[in-house]
Amino acid sequence: MPAGATYEPIATTTVSGSSAADITFSSISGSYTDLVVVMFLRSTRTGTGTTNVYFNFNADTATNYSSTYIYGDGTTAASDRYTSQTVLTEMGEAARDGNAANIFTYSKAHIFNYAGSTNKTVLSEISSDLNGAGYVMRNVGLWRSTAAITSIKITTNAGNIAVGSSVTLYGIKAA
Amino acid sequence: MITTVKTSSVIQGMPKYRSMLAGNSAYIPSSYESIATATGTGSSGTITFSSIPSGFKHLQIRGTARSTATNYTFTLKFNNDSGSNYAQHRLFGDGTSITASGADTLTFASIGSNSISTTSSNIIGVNIIDILDYGSTSKYKTVRSFAGIDDNSGTTASQVVIRSGLWQSTSAITQIDLIAASSGSWTTQTTFALYGIKEF
Repeated sequence: MPAGATYEPIATTTVSGSSAADITFSSISGSYTDLVVVMFLRSTRTGTGTTNVYFNFNADTATNYSSTYIYGDGTTAASDRYTSQTVLTEMGEAARDGNAANIFTYSKAHIFNYAGSTNKTVLSEISSDLNGAGYVMRNVGLWRSTAAITSIKITTNAGNIAVGSSVTLYGIKAA
Repeated sequence: MITTVKTSSVIQGMPKYRSMLAGNSAYIPSSYESIATATGTGSSGTITFSSIPSGFKHLQIRGTARSTATNYTFTLKFNNDSGSNYAQHRLFGDGTSITASGADTLTFASIGSNSISTTSSNIIGVNIIDILDYGSTSKYKTVRSFAGIDDNSGTTASQVVIRSGLWQSTSAITQIDLIAASSGSWTTQTTFALYGIKEF
């Protein structure tokens, strides 16, 4: 008998050898209800702090993305938003190259009803502690398309995705 | 021990196993299981999960929600309890400001976010609701949720919310009602899925 299939890994990518411009999951099966993307990321962008992580679905680079978020950075709590963007912003954060060598930022994005007929809404949770700086952040994002998601491209707003970064795509199947 | 069948003309030479598991992958029971799924009908503002089995440690509800009313927040009750036994806190952001609030001695817990009748079509609220140690008969029940709506409007109609809730009862949870506010109904774009998480 196979292992239980309610919450199962679909694919995983670990950056090795040299940094990557992007991590892409393609040919995603439509057989699940939700997708979950778990990311441990570091960027080659110089400096300290973190850099923004973007999603694009189905190679769509039109201004079909928006997001609203809350965050705390150890000093300030605030909320902000992006509208009509070419990428879905704040799906995660990646620790920049100037941080201690073993620091990676953890992010988790939940993509609801990804194969359904409504526009696609995503919740993301970001935990980035850099020992003196960092963010805790919660984000809701929208891709204005009723198409089923078949690919997810993950990039950063500057630099490449550093060696050692890993992303795993999970599928959750409701009864 | 494997022996070879010798006598049957059909299966001669085939290996014969003494164990039903031989040649198969080990069965690994899932620790995260789907219990039930419910979809809105357009004519009712309550979605109920009843007769919830006791074999899990925690519960999780994941769902998309749209209401016919004009209130973005939906509520939750356990075991049909409408007494003043609930408390809640939330952290709320609408793209412009962030606010914190709390309340107690409530008859329900505000727990999730839905789009409303005036939200652009095909845009839904999304929710993850965790109910910890739901079967305990010695603890009050704690709930946490993460929810949001984004409609690209650039207005405060878009929101992201994290909430906690408390049900002051030591009864095991056997029923969960998810209730649209302001006498609204759940549209057919509303779907809630209940999952059980097992303890090791």
